Amino acid sequence: MSKTPPSKGPQGPSRRAVLAGSAALTASLFTPKSLLAQDFPTAEVNTTGLAVTDDTVTVGILHSITGTMAISETGSVQAEKLAISQINAQGGILGRKIEVIQEDGASDWPTFAEKARKLLVNDKVASVMGCWTSASRKAVLPVFEQHNGFLYYPTFYEGLEESPNVIYTGQEATQQIIAGLDWVKETKGANSFYLLGSDYIWPRTSNKIARKHIENFLGGKVVGEDYYPLGHTQFNSVINKIRLKKPDVIYAIVVGGSNVAFYKQLKAAGIDMTAEDPILLTISVTEDEILGIGGENMEGAYACMKYFQSLDNENNLAFVSAFKEMWGDDIVIGDVTQAAYLGPWLWKAAVEKAGSFDVDKVRAASPGIELTTAPEGYVKVHENHHLWSKTRVGLAKLDGQYDVVFETEELVEPDPFPEGYQ
Amino acid sequence: MTFSKNSLFTRQELIGFIVLAAIIFLLLPAVLDNFRLNLFGKYLTYAFVAVGLALCWGAGGILSLGQGVFFGLGGYCMAMFLKLEASTPENTSIQSTPGIPDFMDWNQLTELPFWWVPFHSLTIALIAVVIVPVTFALIIGVAMFRRRVGGVYFAIITQAFAAILTILIIGQQGFTGGVNGITDLRTLKGWDIRTDEAKEVLYFVNAFLLFGVLLIAQFVRKSKLGRILIAMRDQEDRVRFSGYDVASFKIFIFCLGAAFAGIGGAMFTLQVGFMSPTLVGIVPSIEMVIFCAVGGRLSILGAVYGALLVNWAKTSFSESFPELWLFGLGGLFIAVVMLFPNGLAGIWTEQIMPRITKLWAARAGAVAPIPATSTEEEGAI
Repeated sequence: MSKTPPSKGPQGPSRRAVLAGSAALTASLFTPKSLLAQDFPTAEVNTTGLAVTDDTVTVGILHSITGTMAISETGSVQAEKLAISQINAQGGILGRKIEVIQEDGASDWPTFAEKARKLLVNDKVASVMGCWTSASRKAVLPVFEQHNGFLYYPTFYEGLEESPNVIYTGQEATQQIIAGLDWVKETKGANSFYLLGSDYIWPRTSNKIARKHIENFLGGKVVGEDYYPLGHTQFNSVINKIRLKKPDVIYAIVVGGSNVAFYKQLKAAGIDMTAEDPILLTISVTEDEILGIGGENMEGAYACMKYFQSLDNENNLAFVSAFKEMWGDDIVIGDVTQAAYLGPWLWKAAVEKAGSFDVDKVRAASPGIELTTAPEGYVKVHENHHLWSKTRVGLAKLDGQYDVVFETEELVEPDPFPEGYQ
Repeated sequence: MTFSKNSLFTRQELIGFIVLAAIIFLLLPAVLDNFRLNLFGKYLTYAFVAVGLALCWGAGGILSLGQGVFFGLGGYCMAMFLKLEASTPENTSIQSTPGIPDFMDWNQLTELPFWWVPFHSLTIALIAVVIVPVTFALIIGVAMFRRRVGGVYFAIITQAFAAILTILIIGQQGFTGGVNGITDLRTLKGWDIRTDEAKEVLYFVNAFLLFGVLLIAQFVRKSKLGRILIAMRDQEDRVRFSGYDVASFKIFIFCLGAAFAGIGGAMFTLQVGFMSPTLVGIVPSIEMVIFCAVGGRLSILGAVYGALLVNWAKTSFSESFPELWLFGLGGLFIAVVMLFPNGLAGIWTEQIMPRITKLWAARAGAVAPIPATSTEEEGAI
């Protein structure tokens, strides 16, 4: 694993990107110097027939707003719409207002592929913010590569992918996992781990990385590893196994509705997470999931990801209040929602750096793009299309929020094909 | 040309076939751009399943809520071949074990499982597209129909099979691609299936196959077998007492439906470019029954229209009203079932066709041969 400080790479920060970016959340404080459309004639900024006019540019939003994934993906849609409305309020991109065509993936992977093709072929959108599950991303990937579309994908995911047509704004697995395991080893002296997860590619790949790191780098041991089908609700047998093996850490990557059953049964079985015996560390429970699980069932657990709603910095305070103003006071913001919010801003910065909406030029301009205004703090796009970002550990509280108890000092380098972890 | 009761088509059935052929081969390619045509190609793959259901359910009275299983098996057989072709050692050089499908590598498999090996051959894959679903249907059919399990119980058991197969595919992700399915399929014997021209060619291949399937279905309906099926549906015991082996007929028609579904699944994989367990499970299986019901379960042509209409409605509702479209679709189903219990085909045979026949008779004089529309249900095309 490597943690390198964010060097001011060969490109350095694009002045335009930083300017535009810093204006993002403090728009009320000063009027940003917006770019004028007449300085960027349509014929020059759009040579490939995208949906760009003299005063508008069209982007697609492709998430599930119906079906089982709707509950997870709604936050991403809201974040993307918020970012787009803020960008428009500042004058848009290259002087053009962003118009949105939203399509529903309906939690169905063939539908995602169909709608992706529709957005790219029929609507000629300049970029797409979308997808959530790995399966939906895998379904649209060939479509984006064939029609040379550009996708901003917000979810933390398993890695093992590096498409020229995707910018991954969430963390890949090593970024999310390794720092958290190092932390629990160093501060809590943890040596034995019980890995468990829902049965699909992300938890399995993540646990594979976790196991290699525990065994080869931390000198700890894995005392058990179990998987349960998506939607599984009977965790009593694994909870009994955990009590027999007495691990220092339960490393849980349970997703979706199974979480509710898992944490309730854990509590009912007398495992008190606030006593840290054992410690519970998860990478799959954001504030959104706690709404379903209930703060009282989650209190005392640790989560490892890059963003928590409680982050105390100026960018985040402005983001949270703008989000609540647009979508209501009751709303909570999880890791993926924040990552989705970055998509439109990263695209804006890349387009302005490239001086063009052409996908090839935006792609070429993307590595090195920096956002100083991200709610999670400073982020930067890596050559491999993932983001440099900090990893944080949060302690779940009764009210459903996390207290940030640790953050990496430097940005963690994204490494979607980690050597030694395969 | 006269249309006797024994020829393959009555006149109105022939008209129905010609109209559908004109729509699929001429009208749709003429008015639709490539993207929409590809979408209709996808809808037509569901029509294979719906035609099979029209035979099993409409004619034979066997309601299967697990047709997605056969659709999926056919699709997976095709996808396995395409995935192996896409996973050349050059394309997969970044993997720990180059030359095997990417998802196997992610799951620490180091060699191709033995049952994947035959799928290097296109011939074997094409045979498997039909044989695997049929074998599966045969096993279910023999196990169920020989024991005289039927009706609701049979429907529930087929539904259970759909659930089991989904769980199996998701659980064995090293061998099947898990919940992501088998994705990123590229070429068929070196021919890139992702290009616009390829999609157009595949649309027509699909359409021809569908008409082949329709002709087989029509032949079955018109044969003695078809009449026995209907007799079985209406009075199973009488048929049994007359000395017929009811179970064998049921097994045959169930296997035939499975073969149709398997071909549809393979065409789906070719046109959409991937296969995943979401097409195997309970929800898609029930959707396929809905296509059949909307089209009119008694009519094989109705089944095709049903698959086209429902899917087209799904696409266009969801494009126009991304947040409300499911309600619109629900409304459509309720309306069809309440107002037209025999589906689209019912509207045609009960409302439109009699009028055309009357007009025809008036023009040609009283001696025009009037086709056998006598019995209310069988009159459906």
